[in-house]
Amino acid sequence: MSNTAELSTAAIRRQMLAEFWFYFRQNRGAVAGLFVFILLVLTAVFASVLAPHDPTAQYRDALLLPPVWQEGGRAEFLLGTDAVGRDMLSRLIFGAQYSLFIGIVVVSIALFGGIFIGLIAGFFRGWVDALIMRVMDVILAFPSLLLALVLVAVLGPGLTNAMIAIAIVYQPHFARLTRAAVMGEMRREYVTAARVAGAGNIRLMFKTILPNCLAPLIVQATLSFSAAVLDSAALGFLGMGAQPPAPEWGTMLAEAREFILRAWWVVTFPGLAILVSVLAINMMGDGLRDALDPKLKRS
Amino acid sequence: MVRFLLAKLLYLIPTFLGITIIAFGFVRILPGDPVLLMAGERGVSPERHAELSAQLGFDKPVVMQYLDFLWRLLHGDFGNSLVTKKPVLTEFLALFPATLELGLCAILIATLVGVPVGVLAAIKRGSWFDQVSMTTALVGFSMPIFWWGLLLIIFFSGFLGWTPVSGRISLMYFFPQVTGFMLIDSLLSGQQGAFISAVSHLILPSVVLATIPLAVIARQTRSAMLEVMGEDYVRTARAKGMPSRRVIGVHALRNAMIPVVTTIGLQIGVLMAGAILTETIFSWPGIGKWMIDSISRRDYPVVQSGLLLIAGMVMIVNLLVDLTYGLINPRIRAS
Amino acid sequence: MKYLSRSLLAVSALALTTAVAEAKTFVYCSEASPEGFDPSPYTAGTTFDASAHPIYNRLTEFKKGTTEVEPGLAESWDVSEDGTEYTFHLREGVKWQSNDRFTPTRDFNADDVVFSFERQGDPDHPWHQYIPGITYEYYTSMDMPNLVKSVEKIDDYTVKITLNQPEAPFLANIAMPFASIVSKEYADTLEEAGAKEDLNNLPIGTGPFKFVAYQKDAVIRYQKNADYWGDAPLIDDLVFAITPDSSVRLQKLKAGECHLMPYPSPADLESIRSDDSLKLDEQPGLNVGYLAYNTTVEPFDNPKVRKALNMAINKEAIIDAVFQGAAEPAKNPIPPTMWSYNDSIEDDPYDPEAAKAMLEEEGVTDLSMNIWAMPVQRPYMPNARRTAELMQEDLSKVGVSANIVSYEWGEYLAKSMEAGRDGAVILGWTGDNGDPDNFLSVLLSCDSAKEGGANRAFWCNEEFSDLLQQAKVTADQAERTDLYEQAQVIFKEQAPWLTIAHSTQYVPMSTKVSGFKMSPLGDFTFEDVDLAE
Repeated sequence: MSNTAELSTAAIRRQMLAEFWFYFRQNRGAVAGLFVFILLVLTAVFASVLAPHDPTAQYRDALLLPPVWQEGGRAEFLLGTDAVGRDMLSRLIFGAQYSLFIGIVVVSIALFGGIFIGLIAGFFRGWVDALIMRVMDVILAFPSLLLALVLVAVLGPGLTNAMIAIAIVYQPHFARLTRAAVMGEMRREYVTAARVAGAGNIRLMFKTILPNCLAPLIVQATLSFSAAVLDSAALGFLGMGAQPPAPEWGTMLAEAREFILRAWWVVTFPGLAILVSVLAINMMGDGLRDALDPKLKRS
Repeated sequence: MVRFLLAKLLYLIPTFLGITIIAFGFVRILPGDPVLLMAGERGVSPERHAELSAQLGFDKPVVMQYLDFLWRLLHGDFGNSLVTKKPVLTEFLALFPATLELGLCAILIATLVGVPVGVLAAIKRGSWFDQVSMTTALVGFSMPIFWWGLLLIIFFSGFLGWTPVSGRISLMYFFPQVTGFMLIDSLLSGQQGAFISAVSHLILPSVVLATIPLAVIARQTRSAMLEVMGEDYVRTARAKGMPSRRVIGVHALRNAMIPVVTTIGLQIGVLMAGAILTETIFSWPGIGKWMIDSISRRDYPVVQSGLLLIAGMVMIVNLLVDLTYGLINPRIRAS
Repeated sequence: MKYLSRSLLAVSALALTTAVAEAKTFVYCSEASPEGFDPSPYTAGTTFDASAHPIYNRLTEFKKGTTEVEPGLAESWDVSEDGTEYTFHLREGVKWQSNDRFTPTRDFNADDVVFSFERQGDPDHPWHQYIPGITYEYYTSMDMPNLVKSVEKIDDYTVKITLNQPEAPFLANIAMPFASIVSKEYADTLEEAGAKEDLNNLPIGTGPFKFVAYQKDAVIRYQKNADYWGDAPLIDDLVFAITPDSSVRLQKLKAGECHLMPYPSPADLESIRSDDSLKLDEQPGLNVGYLAYNTTVEPFDNPKVRKALNMAINKEAIIDAVFQGAAEPAKNPIPPTMWSYNDSIEDDPYDPEAAKAMLEEEGVTDLSMNIWAMPVQRPYMPNARRTAELMQEDLSKVGVSANIVSYEWGEYLAKSMEAGRDGAVILGWTGDNGDPDNFLSVLLSCDSAKEGGANRAFWCNEEFSDLLQQAKVTADQAERTDLYEQAQVIFKEQAPWLTIAHSTQYVPMSTKVSGFKMSPLGDFTFEDVDLAE
């Protein structure tokens, strides 16, 4: 009996995955996004192999060199060098590590925090719910970047604190989604059935209800991933994110700002890197949403 | 309707109290000491330090300081800036029109371009227009606007020389501030060329600030339209042989606008965040830049009251969006 | 350029309609908003450029382009034998400016002088706290409360200031912006109208320009003061366009939107030099950037270790990469433009080999230290972080591993002054009044080596401090010069700091501008400036 049940769940899962891939593949942009994203991950993982130079090594004889195709460029520095003679290409490659790392950390903190809070609010209702949701309202009343800025100012500028601040600012979205989904699911029969069968609160929350409201959370998570990359770059740009000499793209832009008229490459490339990664993740997110959100599947 | 409004307002009170606590609390745990910042490299003797702290009221217990803060808020006193010594509210009101003008222009651009593009993309679903516009929208949505602004400056101001680099109007023009909106004041002044100058200063910052809302609105409009066009009544109308332009114009568009209005309303938060970056890049004398400067100067009263005013504003706009929503869609009022 | 021609068109159209043609408007792209328009309560140079210099005058003034003191509102003065009594003879016929609220009924006189000093020095004065929370930081930090015994009116045009002890730099102190003379009659008018704070919002002075309007964070407008007692300004209107970002300022300058700007980014100097429509004035700044060791902590209490570290660091490389060449290497704690600069002192050479040997000789191996890099950009140090990174690399070559630390600016200033601080601190100083005492006493004397001081090396050398004290009470400048020169020799031997650089000040301006004189104090003043058509 139990054997057949397991078999069928596995089969259902396989079928769901196949269906998901089918819908995902339909969106050409999503596939392209996925491709770029995988490239980005590979770049980050193999950064130390790929990068021609140490990202923080300063070549004192090569300050602000233009890219190789421009007059004055040197072959060893394909995309030129910055103000203290560091290789742009290597810094950009290592920057991928930062961006992915930031995205993963921020989304993980926000996701788990949000799910936890949302589950509690949606499950217990009453004053717990009211209190939690008021706090979430308060957080959402502040423009996210402004709140993150103040938080970073409180915690002290730096990469870790920037990630924490952004995660705190994002977490209400997950909490709200989870709460709404939980409240929807609670009315369903299988929950009542499980309850009658004597399932405890915690088991009910995590084992029974949560898996059924994952789809919107996954979509929100990809959205937050790209937003986190953008916002951390913005914080870096305002001098509140990763601190130099870290090759974080936003921080590189902030350092490059004074050279805006003199050395276009130090301004252009980091921004382009941010744009491309965020775009790839967003394209992927669109595909995910189409594949996961049954309501939109029809259209 | 009145009950709906009252209920909404009551609902806001605890949120607002929460905001005051956050604004006050965060600011109070900010590391750094405004007295030290004022002294700079020179340093300040311990006695003088204590004296100045007392003068600024930092020697009282934190709870007392908070109650003090609330009490003064109730009397409309938002405190004085530590740097300029002027009332925070006066400074806010002096700078707010600049941000408002920029924000309104941005939202106008975003709506006027975004909605038609979204509608057209939905109607011509799958066409090259749909694909190009939606890809562009996604690029816009993914744009680091602080970099985008720099690129536009390099190109339009540096390379082509078409637009001025920063500021709100050419300094050649000088007229009284009546409304605080440069576009209106320049018209009222009657000085020739003033209005054009104001427009040319406003155009790049508004385009930069409009980028993300524009993308969001276009995408939201398209999906709302698609959803509505799939609904039964639209299909029925179509089946009945109603001309498709009429179907789209009368039924689909009107119903699709409900989520779109919400989306536009919700962009206020995005706009405020964008304003911080845009104002920094374009040296726009608005409240975004003011907040950044005040945070780095540890100007406590400005940061806390500024946070409060901005959050309050976002709350009010959200309330207005809710109300509009309630007006358009009576079903929500009932629930 | 297209924009420029369009705005020119607009201007000519304007001239036709309103007939205000021929007015010479000079636009200065300033770097920050003024904190207010009363110079006394504030400390920022940008505030003084917008208030003290255009609008007000002082009893004594710095001669343009120098740190020499010359007569201002006081035509002459007598100093008593013991150097504690200063009698000032005031200039007659100096007119106060007027605005919508105030028309002066009398000229400048002794009442104004007494009022201007007493409101700062006397905590019970009705104008001491005319805005809640206001303080007179410069007055306090120049030690005026302990120095000034009394300010008395002898007659309408004679004022006597009595000091508690002789103070050689006193005449330079009162030429500083905080000692600007404000109108007592205007203050009385405002008090009657219940609008005291307007002293700070709508200033009235005796200076070359009249305040017209200020739009926060955007623009300040002034008009020529036709009744100015000195040479009337050559321009009719003066406009400050507030533009915090240096690259934006430069773009505005290039586009003809302003005529002159302060603090260009070193990265842009080349493009300024190559632009035919611009010219670039430069002069060594009255500042120093340094790395202060903690001389109370091992092994930095050993002068030889400090010397060795100084020799390990390549100043030229820092000047190239951080200052983009816009600085000269510093060997003394005071800049070369200051009188008493001891040019006979030899700088420690950059010699990593010798440095390494010296460290080993002193038994210092495997040294690891903190280098503090400040989080903000200052005139004497454009990028402390980058400087620290360069030092880190240089030090690693002599076997010293350096770790870079940084704090929020206020915290940085406080923590770097905590006794027993770990590591060497990058910081600097910009002079207030051009007196060597303003560098040496403030930064290196025993008195300032404690909490609340600014001696971040915690260096207390009795011999050095005694020389400074002697110089302070000596009136004769030649004698003082001699004392300060000796002090610099001791400083170099003991090496409490690595003196990094004196940054050069650059002022880019349109070629149409003439008559601008750079101030060694970093002030921007425009009464002598003219604009070619």
